[in-house]
Amino acid sequence: MARQVHVEVVSVEEKVWSGDADMLIARTTEGELGVMPGHAPLLGQLAEPSKVRIKLPGGGEQAYDVSGGFLSVTEDSVTVLAEDCAPATTPAAAH
Amino acid sequence: MAQIQQLRRRVRSTRSTAKITKAQELVATSRIAKAQERVEAARPYAEAITGVLTALASNANIDHPLLVPRQRVRRAGVLVVTSDRGLAGPYNANALRTAEELISRLKADGKEVTLYVIGRKGVSYYRFRGREIAGSWTGFSERPTFDDAREVGESLIEAFVAGADGENGDGGRGVDELHMVSTQFKSLMTQEPVARFLAPMQVEEREQTGPMPAYEFEPEPDELLDALLPKYINTRIYAALLDSAASESASRRRAMKSATDNAEEMIKTLTRQMNSARQAAITQEISEIVGGANALASAGDEV
Repeated sequence: MARQVHVEVVSVEEKVWSGDADMLIARTTEGELGVMPGHAPLLGQLAEPSKVRIKLPGGGEQAYDVSGGFLSVTEDSVTVLAEDCAPATTPAAAH
Repeated sequence: MAQIQQLRRRVRSTRSTAKITKAQELVATSRIAKAQERVEAARPYAEAITGVLTALASNANIDHPLLVPRQRVRRAGVLVVTSDRGLAGPYNANALRTAEELISRLKADGKEVTLYVIGRKGVSYYRFRGREIAGSWTGFSERPTFDDAREVGESLIEAFVAGADGENGDGGRGVDELHMVSTQFKSLMTQEPVARFLAPMQVEEREQTGPMPAYEFEPEPDELLDALLPKYINTRIYAALLDSAASESASRRRAMKSATDNAEEMIKTLTRQMNSARQAAITQEISEIVGGANALASAGDEV
């Protein structure tokens, strides 16, 4: 089984989602990036507006529309900080 | 007879007061739980942003305006968090007293004070005393949202960045320092008003155990700090608002509980008085009848 990365999506008012994922795809002000297990520690400001996609183990995908967001990657987890966060209007896949 | 009716009226009005205070107590009780949930729910974000800032502060150079104390502080801004509605026991009085203490301390240091007020009670307190309020926000003290906090935070930061020498966008005067007075929720029985520093923020130097992870930054650290610090201040205001909302409800619950208890006590006393008055009236009537009958009987004897 492939390694997984622990992902947390937190908005100001609540924790939106947390769980393990195969990959997280987000777009910072510099460009789009994908975070897979073992990614180097990184702090990024997300582009405005921005969509964060989480590839779930087993092929599913979860997407969130994020505004005022930051991305923090540490050795064992990824945290998406958002001022506003809602499930994406066009879900990429059923979950 | 008139006295009994009067007492009955008082019992009735006390009873309806008790009903109202009881209802208020129940509402406040359910609000405390909700407010505490919201405090809990906001914690992950607060922790995450603190972690991010810590990582950032040890990598970026920290001479951001929000981090550096001004050499001369001419004017300080004070944000006071109060409630919109009364009937909350000593909640507002305590918060305002703490604010007053802070203000006189600042004035003793030779600083002018600019007031920012959240909550109708605080606004009317200062307006009644003819004090100038630089900014006020009302209507959300019981269920603050992050948008409210952001609105407050943005105008405070604007005033702070302008500084005492400059002017902010709408012609108001800037400040060199920001303080915040809010109420901390300790437990259901204790809520404590506290005065805290909001800006400039102090960076704590902490001994690192082991090497810091080498972070990559997108964009540059300084730019990131620029974007993050205002958000951090907003988060702190939001947390304070949530805590104050929980405290307000707890304070109101306690005030309403003792009001209900007092009303019930009063109903008891009044009912006793009413009964004894009625008893006295009956006794009097009986003795009048007996007296009348005796008089009649003795009158009959004489015939």
